Amino acid sequence: MEEERHTEAKIGAETGRGSSPRGPGCSLRHFACEQNLLSRPDGSASFLQGDTSVLAGVYGPAEVKVSKEIFNKATLEVILRPKIGLPGVAEKNRERLIRNTCEAVVLGTLHPRTSITVVLQVVSDAGSLLACCLNAACMALVDAGVPMRALFCGVTCALDSDGTLVLDPTSKREKEARAVLTFALDNVERKLLMSSTKGLFSDAELQQCLAAAQAASQHVFRFYRESLQRRYSKS
Amino acid sequence: MSKVRWRNRRAGEERRRRRRAGGKMAAGFKTVEPLEYYRRFLKENCRPDGRELGEFRTTTVNIGSISTADGSALVKLGNTTVICGVKAEFAAPPTDAPDKGYVVPNVDLPPLCSSRFRSGPPGEEAQVASQFIADVIENSQIIQKEDLCISPGKLAWVLYCDLICLDYDGNILDACTFALLAALKNVQLPEVTINGETALAEVNLKKKSYLNIRTHPVATSFAVFDDTLLIVDPTGEEEHLATGTLTIVMDEEGKLCCLHKPGGSGLTGAKLQDCMSRAVTRHKEVKKLMDEVIKSIKPK
Repeated sequence: MEEERHTEAKIGAETGRGSSPRGPGCSLRHFACEQNLLSRPDGSASFLQGDTSVLAGVYGPAEVKVSKEIFNKATLEVILRPKIGLPGVAEKNRERLIRNTCEAVVLGTLHPRTSITVVLQVVSDAGSLLACCLNAACMALVDAGVPMRALFCGVTCALDSDGTLVLDPTSKREKEARAVLTFALDNVERKLLMSSTKGLFSDAELQQCLAAAQAASQHVFRFYRESLQRRYSKS
Repeated sequence: MSKVRWRNRRAGEERRRRRRAGGKMAAGFKTVEPLEYYRRFLKENCRPDGRELGEFRTTTVNIGSISTADGSALVKLGNTTVICGVKAEFAAPPTDAPDKGYVVPNVDLPPLCSSRFRSGPPGEEAQVASQFIADVIENSQIIQKEDLCISPGKLAWVLYCDLICLDYDGNILDACTFALLAALKNVQLPEVTINGETALAEVNLKKKSYLNIRTHPVATSFAVFDDTLLIVDPTGEEEHLATGTLTIVMDEEGKLCCLHKPGGSGLTGAKLQDCMSRAVTRHKEVKKLMDEVIKSIKPK
């Protein structure tokens, strides 16, 4: 029986939880991850970014309905439940983004005619929700032992009306921003796996955000590595 | 039948049979190994339908075909056909923004357009497309919502934009964006005055004015093959074989309204730059086509 491993990491110039003041430019909020906290799913993880928290559970590889089975690879399904209300069109859109990102990294061909289901529940939303969902999904897939060719992480950038770039914005910052860009990057070559944007921005700003996101993703991947090392070194 | 005519008839049949046999072999290879069949073409830098990797299919647009709608447009991108109809109705403006109207898009992918869609509630693809169009309208500020307000706090226009796909052959997002833009440019709203005594709205159908379209967002879609090759305007088969897709929506100043990459293989920053430049040229092509069509219709 594996114990719960609760790992926290203070990355960047953060001084603590909550609304800590951020320096100009690039620093992420405090984040934390907890794995193997649910007993029924094959893998589960809870990812916290500042005040945004998402709980993910993974079932798989498991039996698949004949109508949905693919003969040479696993069928991936993502279900995203919002904190309040019924899931709507916006949730369907996010499910499709997360599902396609997972499909690009999961080695589905090792488990043909099976289904891998990722269930995400939004516990609290304080900005950068899609990035937090991606991180939680990745950690849960690792906890479930699903074979993957790379890990991925989500990073959100917000552009103010005067062009300042803020990473991992709070919901207040997101509302005031001119543009909000969310990227999913893989850890092998920092390539862009998924991108979802809101608002108007120029080509140069896009490249700037992408570069900043790639730099920030290094912190996230280091955190993944440290937390997994801590978890598996004692057992 | 005379002997001479009979001999010629047999020769013709022989030629046709040999031609069909050669074609059948290629068709057989395509069914068994569709990816290999495709790779053979991509190696020569072209595609089975004869296009280059950066070439779009023939785009045709027809405006104002639906007389019962306030604005309509039909767009054909090769075989992909999307029709957009815009209806304007009255509504009370939202309480948190009493001087704004509404623009409500809806994309419908009926079983008519492709065998993979069933009748019933909208599937995931239709919902994703609807959300995409809603995002494009919101991000590009194609219409200032304040223009749709008639009387602040009491009455505003709501534009229901219904996009229906009639034939699905890939690249639905580009076609929908273009159809929406063309239909909105075609919309004519009648003048509405609020009668001071009865507080009712009086519609003057004789006096109509066009909408103020501020920007022209144009979508360019790419498909990623084998993690490295990028092709523009994928057909239905190409989308099925691709390992990822990317859609860029750009307006005339080169600003990006939307960079939609729903997962799939990774892309480097340099490849994104190539896509941007292709999107800029596509915008110019589409703008030229739109201006031609509008010019041909305006003197009415």
